[in-house]
Amino acid sequence: MGLMQKSDGRATVESVYECISHVCDPEIPTVSIVDLGMVEKVTVTDRQIVVVLIPTFVGCPAQPIIARDVRQTLAAQYADYAIEVRFALTVAWTSARITEAGRQALQACGIAPPGRAFGDVACPVCHDTKPVLHNLFGSTSCRSLYYCRQCRNPFEAFKP
Amino acid sequence: MNTTSLAIDRVKRTPALRHLVIELLWQVADDDLMIGFRDQEWLGLAPHIEEDVAFGSIGQEELGHAVHYYGLIEALTGDRADDLALLRETSARRNAVLLEQPNGAGDYLHDPHFNWAFTIVRHYLHDVWEMTVLTAMTGSVVEELAQAGTKILGEKRYHRAHQELWLRLLAAHNPQQLQDGLALASQWGADLADFGPMAIDLQQSGVLPDAPLLPKQFADEVTDAFKEMSIDLPIFQPGLNGRQGQHTAALGGALTTLSEVYRLDPGARW
Repeated sequence: MGLMQKSDGRATVESVYECISHVCDPEIPTVSIVDLGMVEKVTVTDRQIVVVLIPTFVGCPAQPIIARDVRQTLAAQYADYAIEVRFALTVAWTSARITEAGRQALQACGIAPPGRAFGDVACPVCHDTKPVLHNLFGSTSCRSLYYCRQCRNPFEAFKP
Repeated sequence: MNTTSLAIDRVKRTPALRHLVIELLWQVADDDLMIGFRDQEWLGLAPHIEEDVAFGSIGQEELGHAVHYYGLIEALTGDRADDLALLRETSARRNAVLLEQPNGAGDYLHDPHFNWAFTIVRHYLHDVWEMTVLTAMTGSVVEELAQAGTKILGEKRYHRAHQELWLRLLAAHNPQQLQDGLALASQWGADLADFGPMAIDLQQSGVLPDAPLLPKQFADEVTDAFKEMSIDLPIFQPGLNGRQGQHTAALGGALTTLSEVYRLDPGARW
């Protein structure tokens, strides 16, 4: 049934989630926006698909790019639907929304997944649990910069 | 969130409420635009490279918060958020006068002699005040304000933790510099925690619960923090009131720089 819906271009909430699970944050190209917990709501009617996204950080400049990518991905798959993609703050994103698959994908690209508090972080290279917080702020709003005293690698970690 | 909450499209149809929400949003939006701009003027000049990254990130988030607040005003008035941020006259601006002051002597492009202690003190005062407002905002009857309060409050924690770290370092290693920075900030800071006469209406309408109590909450918190560091907190001298549209020449200068590219072609798509 799922495959048939896909091939004849009809959308369901599940098929839309599957479709946009291939869209990644442009600054973390290995982690899907679904696994980052950025998809708040998907609504499908006969003629329309509405996707509500929530930003990891309000000022994150990747938002228009992500919204565009979601829109284009859905338009390519579901030609007969009007597509609306927007960001809202209806639910506040926290790092607890990142899925287990998302945490593993972060780790795989060298970004430590978030811990429970500042400093609760393991080195993504050697897994040492006592890295030094170098800078609360990193290359993007959602990350901090750490240094591992064990393997001597600098690395970034998601903010808690 | 308040149980009898109102979505912003209902606020739009209730003139008195709409007016109050817009007035509150001007203050937080204009504050964040100005501090975000001043933060960015540290680019390449901050005390060390990690601080360059930190202030770049904090400034980007401040501007992002301003964009969100201007977006809410856009939803209420139909005016474009970019125009509201970049084209309004100085007399229409509601930011605190403290936040429009330059980072120090000189100019960003020509011979800057910026004042780090003043920058940290000012940012800390701004962070404490905005967090006080945001905390109250989480209980607003206006859904979008309650949501923004909750989300942005979480992000401001990082800004404040950063400024507090610097305050403690300065207090321990260079208390005179900190005292001087604080003295400079106190010349301008009186209008920062000030809603003026609309405080009562903000509270009674439910737009901002406890609004009349917030300035004292802010003052108590700041007083305790400096006391703990054994730093004397000077009296904040009343002067120009940015919340009533009174500003120094520094605001016009900042806005001229900030809107220079936008004014070349306001219709351009980016």
